[in-house]
Amino acid sequence: MNLAAPAIALQTAALLLLAPLVSGFVRTAKARLQNRRGPPVWQPYLDLGKFLRKDMVISEHASWVFSVAPYVVFVTAVLAGLLVPMVTVQAPLSLFGGALALVGLLALGRFFLALGGLDPASAFGGMGSSREMTIAAVAEPALMLAIFTVAIAAGSTDLSRIAAASLGPTWSWLNPRQVLAFAALFIVLLAETGRIPVDNPATHLELTMIHEAMLLEYSGRHLAFMEWGASLKQLVLMTLLVNVFFPYGLAPAATPGALAFGLAAYLAKVLVVAGIVVVVETTNAKLRLFRVPDLLSAAFVLAALALFSTFLFQQAS
Amino acid sequence: MDNLSIVLLALALLGYVAGALLGLLGLRAERLANYGAFGCATLGALCGLIASVTGLAAGGAGLPHQVQLLPAFNPFAQFSIRPDPLGLFFTLIVSLIGLAVSVYSFGYVPSFYGRRSVGGFGAAFNVALLTTTLVFLADNVFFFLVAWEIMALAFYLLVSFEHEKEEVRGAGVLYFVMSHLGTGCLILGFFLLYRASGAGGFDGFHAIGARMATGPRHAAFLLFLAGFGLKAGVIPLHIWLPAAHPAAPSNVSALMSGVLIKTSIYGIARVGFDFLGAPPNWWGVTVLVVGTVSAVLGVLYALMEHDLKRLLAYHSIENIGIILMGLGAALMFAHTGHPVLASLALVAGLYHTLNHAVFKALLFLGAGAVVHATHTRNLEDLGGLVKRMPATAFFFFTGAVAISALPPLNGFVSEWLTYQSLLQGFGTTPSLIRLAFPLSGAMLALTGALAAACFVKAFGITFLGQPRGAAAAGAREAAPPMLVAQGLLAAACVVLGLFPPLLLRLLDPVTQQLAGVPLSPRLSLAGGLVLSGAAPAGGTVSTLGLVLMAGCLLPVPLGLWLVFGRGATVRRGPTWDCGLPGLTPRMAYTATGFSKPIRMVFKALFQPRREVQREYDFSPYFAKNLRFESHVEEVFQTRIYRPLHWLVWRVSRQMRAVQAGSLQAYLIYIFATLLVLLVIAL
Repeated sequence: MNLAAPAIALQTAALLLLAPLVSGFVRTAKARLQNRRGPPVWQPYLDLGKFLRKDMVISEHASWVFSVAPYVVFVTAVLAGLLVPMVTVQAPLSLFGGALALVGLLALGRFFLALGGLDPASAFGGMGSSREMTIAAVAEPALMLAIFTVAIAAGSTDLSRIAAASLGPTWSWLNPRQVLAFAALFIVLLAETGRIPVDNPATHLELTMIHEAMLLEYSGRHLAFMEWGASLKQLVLMTLLVNVFFPYGLAPAATPGALAFGLAAYLAKVLVVAGIVVVVETTNAKLRLFRVPDLLSAAFVLAALALFSTFLFQQAS
Repeated sequence: MDNLSIVLLALALLGYVAGALLGLLGLRAERLANYGAFGCATLGALCGLIASVTGLAAGGAGLPHQVQLLPAFNPFAQFSIRPDPLGLFFTLIVSLIGLAVSVYSFGYVPSFYGRRSVGGFGAAFNVALLTTTLVFLADNVFFFLVAWEIMALAFYLLVSFEHEKEEVRGAGVLYFVMSHLGTGCLILGFFLLYRASGAGGFDGFHAIGARMATGPRHAAFLLFLAGFGLKAGVIPLHIWLPAAHPAAPSNVSALMSGVLIKTSIYGIARVGFDFLGAPPNWWGVTVLVVGTVSAVLGVLYALMEHDLKRLLAYHSIENIGIILMGLGAALMFAHTGHPVLASLALVAGLYHTLNHAVFKALLFLGAGAVVHATHTRNLEDLGGLVKRMPATAFFFFTGAVAISALPPLNGFVSEWLTYQSLLQGFGTTPSLIRLAFPLSGAMLALTGALAAACFVKAFGITFLGQPRGAAAAGAREAAPPMLVAQGLLAAACVVLGLFPPLLLRLLDPVTQQLAGVPLSPRLSLAGGLVLSGAAPAGGTVSTLGLVLMAGCLLPVPLGLWLVFGRGATVRRGPTWDCGLPGLTPRMAYTATGFSKPIRMVFKALFQPRREVQREYDFSPYFAKNLRFESHVEEVFQTRIYRPLHWLVWRVSRQMRAVQAGSLQAYLIYIFATLLVLLVIAL
C-alpha cells in the first residue's frame, strides 16, 4: 500500500496515451462494420494536436466556470484512472480512494461539465446539461449497486483488493452474481460514456445531442481537454469493468515479465470490451430520451438480482 | 474540560442573554440594537465554539457532572446543565453556525431599518441561540422542555418577522402547530421515562430502557421518533419545513436549517443510545427506512422547485434523511452487538450533521445575499449573477459542491463514511434484513446524483448565463459582513473535507459515551492523511491526497498548453445562436425546463399537471398567444394533509351545533357531566 512515484507516472502516461487510441479504435471499427472505410485509428491524436494549436473563441456570457471546467474534467478523469488497477493488481493510488472515490471523482467532472454547458447561455448547452444530469442520476444507483455487490463479496471498496479477490481461488466468473453485475455495469458504461443506445457520439443534430451539446461552445485547447477527458473516462470505466470481472493477467508484482504480460492481457481485454461496444452501437438504434430510464432501470434490476444472488448463494459471510 | 471551558460556556450563555436585553433596549435605536444584539451573539457564539472544541478535545475528561444555573423551585423543576460529550458536540454546531449567522446579520439586518423592529428581531435571535444551546445541555426533563418550548416560540417570532405577508403568517402558524404536535409527543414520551425512573434528571434516565416493560419502551421510542421527526421534518411530517424556511428572513433560514432541525438529531441520538439503549432491530430498521425515504423524496421535490429558498429547504429534508440513515444503521449495529460498526455509523451520521449545518447555512446565506440584491427568490428571474456578485457566487459554488457530495469537500466525506458503514453492515446479520444496507446505499447514490443535478440547476440558473430579468441585471455584490460570514463557512467546508481524520478525533468522546468505542484511532491512517473505513481492509480515502495529486497532475494540461498552444489567441465572441439575430435570455434554458426530464422520469410520483392555452388563427402551429402552466404538488399534501384538513373542518362544523354559545346550554352540559361522573363514582 505504498505510493510509488514511478507507478503513478507510468499509469498516468498509459492512460493518457491509450485513451484516444481506444476512442479511435471504436470509431474505425464501427466504420468498418458499416462498410465504410472510416478515419485511421490514430485520428483522435491528430484531432487533439489540432485542437491544442487552434485559437479559441469564448462566449461573451461565459464566466470562470466555463474555462475551469475542461481542466477539472481532464484531471478528475486521470485521477479516477489512477484508482483502478490497470496492469498490476495494486492500483498506484488505491490508498487515496477506492470505488466510492472513483464514482465521486467522475461525478465532480460531470458537475463541472454540466455547468460549463449552462454557462454560455445557449439553449443547447442547457439541454445537454439537463439530459446528462438526468441520465447520470438514473444510472448512479445501478452503478453503485453493482459496485456494492462486488465490494461486499471482496469485503472492501478498495479496487485493488477487489481485483485481488477476483484473482483468488474461490472466484468464478460464471458465478451468477458476477454475470449479473457485469451486465449491469456494462449498461451503465454505455450510458456514462454517451454511447448508442443512450447518446450518439457522432450526431450532428443539436436536438438529439447530450454530451456534444454541452461542448458546442468549446473550442481550441478547452475542447481538446474536454474530448480527451471524455475518452479517458471511457477508458477508466472499461478498465474497471475488465479488471474487476476478468482480472486474468494482472501483474501481482512489478517484474518486467509480469508487467509485459499484464499489459498485453490488459490491451486484449480492453479491445474485446471496445469491440462489444462497437457491436452494440452498430446493431442498435438510439433510444428516445424517455426510454433511456427503462434501460437503466433494467441495469438496476440486474444489479439488484446480483445482490440477491449474493444473499442466496453465500449464506456464510 | 477544565474550569476555563466552563467559564467560556457560561460566558456564551451570558452573551446571548446580554444580546437579548440589548435588543430589547434598542427597540427604538436600530443601529444600537443591530450592533449590540448581534455583537453579543457573535461573542457568545465564539465563546461557545472555543468551549465546546476544548471540551471535546480534552476527551470529555473531567467534565463537571452538573452545573446549577438558577435556583430550583422544587425538586422536579431543576435549572441545571450537564456538558457531556454529545451535548458539547451539538453546542459546537450551534456555536459555529451562530457565529457565522451573527456576523452575516450585521450586513443583512440594515435592510430592515426604518421598516421593522430590529431590536425585537435581535432579541428573538439571541433567545433562539440561547435556548437551542440549553436544549443541548439541559440536564433534566423540565428544563429541556422549557428550553425546547421557548426555542419553538423564538423561532416562531423569527419566522413570522415579515408578518404583513399572508404566506408568512400562514407558514408561521403551520410551523407553530406542527411544533406543538411534536412537543406533545415528547411530553408523553418523557412521561413514560419518568414513570420508570421516578425522577426528572437525565442522569436517572441513562439506560432506563432496560428497566422498562416492553410495551411502554416501544411506545416511548415511537413517541420520541414522531416528536423529534416533526422537528426534523422527516417525510411525511415535513410540511411545515418547506413553508417556513422561505418565509423567514434568510439569516433565520440558515439558523433553522443549520441548527433548529438538528435538535431532533440530538434528541434521537440521546434517546436512542443514552436513554433507551439496547434497541430491538425494528427501531434501527424504522429509522433507516424513514431516513432513506426522506432522502430520496426530499431531493426529488427539491428538483421540482424554482423558488431558491424552498429548493434549499427540501434539501434539508434530504440531508436529515441521510443523517438518519447513519443513525438507523448505528441502532441496528447496536442491536446485533457490533460496537465498532455502530460507532462508525454514528460518526457518519453525526459528521454529516455538522457538515450539513455548515454547507446548508452557507447556501442559505448565499441565497439570502441573492434575494437581498435582487428581491426575488424565483430562479426564472435570476441568471448571470456570477459577474455581478462574484464572491457570493464563488461561496455558493463551494456549498453546492459540498452538498452534492463531491470530493474533496465535506459532504463527500460524511457520505463516504455512511456508505462504508452500510457496506460493512451486510456482514453483521445472516437474516434477509441485511439486504436493506446495500439497497439503501443505492438509494443514497440516487440521492447524491439527484442532488448534483439539482445544484447544477440551482447554481447554473441563478449565477450563470444571461440575467433573465431587470432585477438580476442590476444586482450588486453583498455587504462585507455578509461575505465574511459566507467565507468563514466556505472555509469550514474545505477544512472539514480535507482533514477528516484529525477532526473526527473530536467525536471520540461522543462515540465513547454512546457506543463505548473511541473510533478515531481506527479511522486514521498515515498520520491522519488517509481516512479508513474502521475495518482494516474495508477501504480508504484521502481527499487531501487526491487534491495534492490533482495538483501534481495539473502540469500535464498546462504543459501541453505551453508546448502546443503558445501561439493560440483567445477571443470573446457571441454564443452560437443558429444564425438568428441575437441571443436573448428567453432562449436560454429555464429551471423548469432543466428539471423536465426528471419530472418525466418520475411522473408516477410527481403527477405533474399542465395547462396549455393556445390562441391561433388558422393553424395551432402558428399561435398568436400561448399560456403554459405547469404544477407539481406534493403527494402528501394532496393525499394526506388536505383530506385531514377537510376532515377536521367537517368535525368542527358538527361541533358548532353543540357549542351554541348559550349560557343555559352550557349549564346543562355541566349538570349532565356531573351526573355522569356521580353515576360512575357511585
